[in-house]
Order: sequence, then C-alpha cells, then structure tokens
Amino acid sequence: MTLLAWLFDILLGLGLLWLGWRLLSSPDLFKAIVLFIAFGLLMALAWVRLDAPDVALAEAAIGAGLTGALLLAALARLSSMESGKDATVQAEKAWLKSPASWFPAIIMLLLASGLGYTILSLAPYAAGLSPEVAANLDSSGVINPVTAVLLNFRGYDTLLEMVVLLLALLGVWSIGGAAEPHEGKPGPVLDFLTRLLTPLLILVAAYLLWVGAHAPGGAFQAGSVLAAAGVLLLLAGWCLPPRLMALPLRLVLVAGPCAFIAMAALTLLIQGQLLEFPPAQAGILILVLETVAMFSIGATLAALFLGGRPQHKETP
Amino acid sequence: MSSVFFYALVGVGLFTLGLHALIVQTHLLRKILALNVMGSGVFLVLIALARRSGETAPDPVPHAMVITGIVVAVSATALALTLLLKLAAATGRAELPDEQQDSH
Amino acid sequence: MGLTDLLSTVLLIAGGFFFLAGTLGLLRFPDVYTRLHALTKADNVGLGLMVIGLALQAESLAVVGKLILIWFLVLLAGASVANLIANKALRNGISLWKQ
Repeated sequence: MTLLAWLFDILLGLGLLWLGWRLLSSPDLFKAIVLFIAFGLLMALAWVRLDAPDVALAEAAIGAGLTGALLLAALARLSSMESGKDATVQAEKAWLKSPASWFPAIIMLLLASGLGYTILSLAPYAAGLSPEVAANLDSSGVINPVTAVLLNFRGYDTLLEMVVLLLALLGVWSIGGAAEPHEGKPGPVLDFLTRLLTPLLILVAAYLLWVGAHAPGGAFQAGSVLAAAGVLLLLAGWCLPPRLMALPLRLVLVAGPCAFIAMAALTLLIQGQLLEFPPAQAGILILVLETVAMFSIGATLAALFLGGRPQHKETP
Repeated sequence: MSSVFFYALVGVGLFTLGLHALIVQTHLLRKILALNVMGSGVFLVLIALARRSGETAPDPVPHAMVITGIVVAVSATALALTLLLKLAAATGRAELPDEQQDSH
Repeated sequence: MGLTDLLSTVLLIAGGFFFLAGTLGLLRFPDVYTRLHALTKADNVGLGLMVIGLALQAESLAVVGKLILIWFLVLLAGASVANLIANKALRNGISLWKQ
C-alpha cells in the first residue's frame, strides 16, 4: 500500500465520518439534506476505492441522487405545510443539557468499541465466496460476477427485492392519497435541459443494461437512470397522458415482479429447481429478465418520487 | 491494519453516529436521515470485509447484497417520507407526540 | 515516468487547482450569484483539464469519447442548474451584493 493511497483512504474515511456527523447535527434541514447528497457521492468514491464499481453506480444514482430528490421534495412539502411557523428546526442539543442524557452517547461509544473490536479480530484474508462464483461463472451466462450473483445464483433475493419495491409503492399509494399536480410551465432552461437529457438518459440506461453482462452495470443501475429521467420529466411538469395512466402504467409496474415469478415457476416446472437456469440459455434469460426489471424499477422509483397516486383527470 | 479494516471501522462509526442521532433527535425527517446514514455504515462494513480477498477479485455476493440493500433503503425512505407527510398534515408537527406530555 | 504520464500528472494537478479555486470562491464570496459564478467557471475548467489528463491515459478512443461526454454533461447540468438557482434566488428577493 503506497503512502499516497493510504493518505487518500484516510482522508476519504475521515471525510465520510465528518460529513455524517455534520449532516446529522446541522440545525438547518435543507443544509442537512444537501450534505447528505454530498455524503452519498463520497460513499460512491469509497465504493470505487474498495473495488465495487457496480455498487458505486447504484449508490451514485439511487443513494445520492434519488434519495436526495425524495428528501428535498418531502422537505418542500413539509415547509409549505408549516409555513407561518419557523421552518428551520433546531437540531436536538438535548445531549448536552444534563448528565442523564449523556447516557445514549456512552452506550453508543460502548457499542462502537464492541463492533470495532469484533471487526479487528476477523481474519485479515478471507476469499469468501469469490472462488465458488469464479468456478461457476461459465455456466451462469454472464461474465460480470456481480450480475451473475444478482440474476442467477441469488435470483431469489432479486425476486423478493422487486416485490419489496412494489410493496413500497403500494404503501405510498395507499397512504399518500392523490399526488398534487405540478402547477406552472417550466422555464426555458429547465425545458431545454429536460428535452436534451431525457433521450440521452434513455440511451445511457440501455447501454448500462447491455454492458452489465460483462462490465459494471446491470438492471438496477439502468433502472435508476430511467427513474432519473422520470424524475426530471416530473419536475419539468410533464405527466403521462391520461390514457396511459390507468392500466398501462400499472402493467409496467408489475411486469418486473411478474416476470421473475413466471421465470421461477417455469424453472420449477421444467428443471425441478427454483430459478436454476440451464447454462445454454442462461444468458438470454438473464437479459430478458433484466430488461423487464429495468422498466419496472425505473417506473416504480419515479412513481415513488411522485408521492401519490397519479390523477386520472379528464382534460376539459 | 490494512485499508480494508480502516473502511470497516469507518462503517462502524457511521452506524453508531446514525443510531445515536436516531435515538436523540425528535424531528422525524432527521430520524429518516439517521436511518440512511446507519444503512450506509452497514454497507461500508459489508463491502470492506468483502475486499479481504487480497489479490483476487473481491467477493461478489456482498456486492449483490449491498445493491439490493440500496434499492430497499430508497423504497423504505420513500414510504417513511410519505408517512411523515401524512403525520405532519394530520397533527401539524413533524414529530411524534411526547408521551410525558399527554395527560391520561 | 513517460512523457504522457508527466503531462497527465500536470494536467490533473492543474485541474485540481481550479477545483480548489472554485471551492475557495464558494466559501469566501459574498452572495449567491458570485458563488455560483465561481463554482461553474472554475469547476468546468477544472473538470476539462482533468478530462484531458485522463484521456491521455485512456486505452481506447471509446473511453476518450465517454470522458468528453461526461465533461459535456457536467457543463450542461452545471450551467442550467446555476441559472435555475440564480432565477429562484432573484424571485425570492435575494439582492445582489453591492460593494
């Protein structure tokens, strides 16, 4: 390990800790959310440093970008609800007030030392499941080991994850009620930006999907880029034509989990094993699953940003 | 101590920072931020420990788990934010009611 | 170090210096508009220098093309977002700093 690499790692790690502390104790909520977005981007850098480019792509798109957009939208709605009161909420400084409220901090210190000691007592070298994955990579249909694990070896987890996404959207739609329509037309700059970026984002999503078989990428990263395009369109005041809002949108949303469940049923009937792809067709099956999943993930994440059921308003 | 364990310790630090903020802060949006920071800490520990494979490629199974975790975290955050907005619309404050102040 | 490595190092450090200048502007300038100016100008030039420095190290023309696409997208996003923020600040009544 060279000195420069060590220095970079220390700076990055300390920067992450400092950013985490500042964002959690910042008195202004808007500043806390902006710091959170920066925190997510630094995390993406840490993933790259730890040889996890797939995770870096997902973190930058979903963890920093989409979560930041969700938080900012919620803060805007919260501030408009509480207008008239002081919108900036003071961070709890209760832990400084009395010795009894040092109690959580002391417990946290003990927890941190216990966890730290456990981690430091782990073996410094552990191959994990990497040799097994490498040995079975030829029969998985793809070359990227993370895609092979996500879509083939641990396809069951991905099936459940698609269902979790759908359940979260169902929760948002049941609780949130109807989404408020966006008032006003976008200015020329936002309009131009959206018109230019949306086709480019769709192209990048298709590229990420295709390249995920042999390089970092895949359905989740591609789906999140599609969701980013959807969020941009929603912010520019665009909404789906009413004809597409009822059934086709819902079909796209459930297509991902249904494709996985159908594939699971098929493999169970034909092969006798859940989600075990025959090696000859594994590549094409994974591509089909990933394509359907990409559309589903993109639509679900963009619908989560909307925050409510889309309106089926008839235009007068 | 190699850089792998340094990142894992940073992850532990982030987890405890987030947990402390989750317990101490009362505003619900801050609790949601704290949950996200805790999640990031856990992911950092997982990926750092997966990097212990030395010269060979890192263990891809924790990578897949963390990608799944990131997606689940964003959907949970979206649901939590919706609940927060509904609570704020119903009660007028973005905080949970304090048990000691309710007189029963 | 070969000539390309040396050139890459110089360009990357120069790009880093521009980023440092932009961040100093963000921290020290008096109001929103001057800070936006510092950020967009310095960061775009800084990123451009870094892209050239990295392009010298690239293995194929496709990678160079992707790097230039990244720079173009950051330019576009930075300029548009700066305009949007400045517009919103004007509408919110934040006045320009006068000497």
